[in-house]
Amino acid sequence: MLEKKPIILLLLATAVILVGTIVTMVAPFKWINDPKLQLAGVKPYTPLQLEGRDIYIREGCNNCHTQTVRPLLADVERYGEYSKVGEFVHDQPFLWGSRRTGPDLARIGGKYPNAWHYRHMEDPQSMVPRSNMPKYAFLKKQLDSRLTEKKMKALGFPYTHADLAALQGKTEMDAMVAYMQKLGNDIPWRKASQVTVTGDMKNPYQDDKTVIQEGKALYDKECAQCHGADLKGGVGPALADIDKPDAEVFKSIYAGIESGGMPAYGESLGKDRVWKLTTFIKYHQGK
Amino acid sequence: MNQQEGYADDVVKGFITWSMVWGLVAVLVGVLVSLQLAWPQLNLPPYLTYGRLRPIHTNAGIFGWGIGSFMAFFFYITQRLTRTPLWSPGLARFQLYLFNVVIALAAVTLALGMNRSKEYAELEWPVALLVVVLWVIFAVNIIMTIVKRKEEQMYISLWYILATLVGVAVLYLVNNAGIPVSLTKSYSAYAGANDANVQWWYGHNAVAMVLTTPPLAIFYYFLPKSTGVPIYSHRMGVIAFWSLIFMYLWTGAHHLLWTPVPDWVQTLAMAFSIMLIAPSWGAVFNGYFSMNGQWHQMRENYLVKFLIFGITFYGLQTLQGPSQAVRTFSAFIHYTDWVPGHVHMGTLGWVSLVLFAAIYYTVPRLYNTEIYSVKLVNLHFWLAVIGQLIFSITMWIAGVQQATMLHATNPDGSLHYSFMETLIELYPYWHGRALGGIIYLASMVIFLYNIIKTANGGRLASAPERA
Repeated sequence: MLEKKPIILLLLATAVILVGTIVTMVAPFKWINDPKLQLAGVKPYTPLQLEGRDIYIREGCNNCHTQTVRPLLADVERYGEYSKVGEFVHDQPFLWGSRRTGPDLARIGGKYPNAWHYRHMEDPQSMVPRSNMPKYAFLKKQLDSRLTEKKMKALGFPYTHADLAALQGKTEMDAMVAYMQKLGNDIPWRKASQVTVTGDMKNPYQDDKTVIQEGKALYDKECAQCHGADLKGGVGPALADIDKPDAEVFKSIYAGIESGGMPAYGESLGKDRVWKLTTFIKYHQGK
Repeated sequence: MNQQEGYADDVVKGFITWSMVWGLVAVLVGVLVSLQLAWPQLNLPPYLTYGRLRPIHTNAGIFGWGIGSFMAFFFYITQRLTRTPLWSPGLARFQLYLFNVVIALAAVTLALGMNRSKEYAELEWPVALLVVVLWVIFAVNIIMTIVKRKEEQMYISLWYILATLVGVAVLYLVNNAGIPVSLTKSYSAYAGANDANVQWWYGHNAVAMVLTTPPLAIFYYFLPKSTGVPIYSHRMGVIAFWSLIFMYLWTGAHHLLWTPVPDWVQTLAMAFSIMLIAPSWGAVFNGYFSMNGQWHQMRENYLVKFLIFGITFYGLQTLQGPSQAVRTFSAFIHYTDWVPGHVHMGTLGWVSLVLFAAIYYTVPRLYNTEIYSVKLVNLHFWLAVIGQLIFSITMWIAGVQQATMLHATNPDGSLHYSFMETLIELYPYWHGRALGGIIYLASMVIFLYNIIKTANGGRLASAPERA
């Protein structure tokens, strides 16, 4: 019967399409906007962070980087606390992405010091050898802030004129790094997941020089970009003449030093490899 | 014969020509971005970086090659199935101009970094608005032609065409809602998890309403035309039609498994994705059963070869897709190269093979010639299939390998590999993928050459066989 009635068919098809649409696209607004899911610490973007976010969008960073940590062991250990719905209420558009050619960035804020980001954006391979990320040195140009106020108003974000004035002289790179450092930091997850290292703190490899080779390999891969291939420092401090006890060095690597911009490596490397690294740093050749 | 019927076929020729041009651009840019992933020094900032070129690749493929040729064949098929000339050939000619303006504008604005970031809805609002105009005049022209038709019965292809017209309109309007800040910058009207859910309702149903229903309309029309025997079951086509357009809309959140989108939305998406196997395979079986007693044509008739390989890839695609929509499997392969492998089986295998068949069928008829070279058609076919298989299989292996490495843990529960350790293992696969893409590009060049030669006078005088 419908074979002869195109307009009825058209209307019926529309109705059929709308059923799933209403249930799975319209209705969820009510669940997602539930006030119980709001998180007190989540702040809107500052003018500088918002400009950084817009550069992230302009450059299509979301084509290679996701911004959502799944509640899966591998995700949480690699990137940090899993993402909460309340963390994204200021994200227009969302930037969760669909492909991790590069790592997830939902928790990148506070992981590295600013200096790491500047070097990495300018020349990714200098900080992460064999990375396939393009170079973004061209972001070291004057930030165009003519639209900033309009943007803040459009999104309803609070700002002061001092914030806007502070954009003068900033580069696009400054904005991008400010955005990176904001990501994932509105909930105190780093503090909550801060590991307290307790128990037997004796280096199992203290007298075992055979692990130094393995420790060096780990160092070259994970540490050399910031502390220098020769341990003489760079973004991070020099380690060549470190005279802290083994347990202290272990703790710094395992749990990180938040105030100093040193990431925690415990969850990704595990205890054994952190001890090997410690052994290399403390007892490498030339010591 | 077409002149006698008064069909507006010049505009069909125009859309076929331009869709092939944009298709070549899509594959060319695709090869370039695949090389950039393997050799990052090939990025030329700021305009030619992976981040800016990938949306150009997807937009040229989906909108330029896909939508462009669907417009051609919707015009072609609708006129013939209704036995009625196009309602307004003038409007259709305007549509062709506007189409090319929009696609060119899309490429330029995306290269300049004007990008809304939502996948397959990247175009900034002035360009998106032109897309809406384009779609409205297209829909009006087709619907009016159907309303004024001389053939009372509407064949199944017309059903799919009507569903496409309304489906794309709803999806595009809702997901592109935004807050403009300037002519070149706007923000999404939705925030966070809401925006994500709207986006993937759109994104996945773009797969339904752009990459499924239009090729099905074309398949259902050209398979009987090519084999000379009718489709196996109209009734099966009708049942599959309604269940397909009903179920598809529930499945968008399978792109968002394990994200902060509500669990029940994810679970519904997972369930409906599995259920979608039935209507998808309804079309596959309809295709296969139509070949009863006709399988010998796979050897003799290259059109049938393209169509049956196409529907076979559709069948595989609609088994693999639902498997990826299961939470446990998604946890493993989502965000890896597995997914581009899956997508390209659908686009390079299913959609493009069906479009190639439709173009090979129509061009000789539209230009009153015969195909220039059957040998080149066969070469095109095999290069396209081999290129696509190299691409997809390489990516599936790469995805499984990286997923295995990313999830590997040490006895104490810590991760066994750093992210970079998993990435450097992908380089050989990325070289393999680029090779697959280059082979596919070669097949496209041969295809274009053959079609140009056919349009300009046709068949090699001495070629003896006719397939």
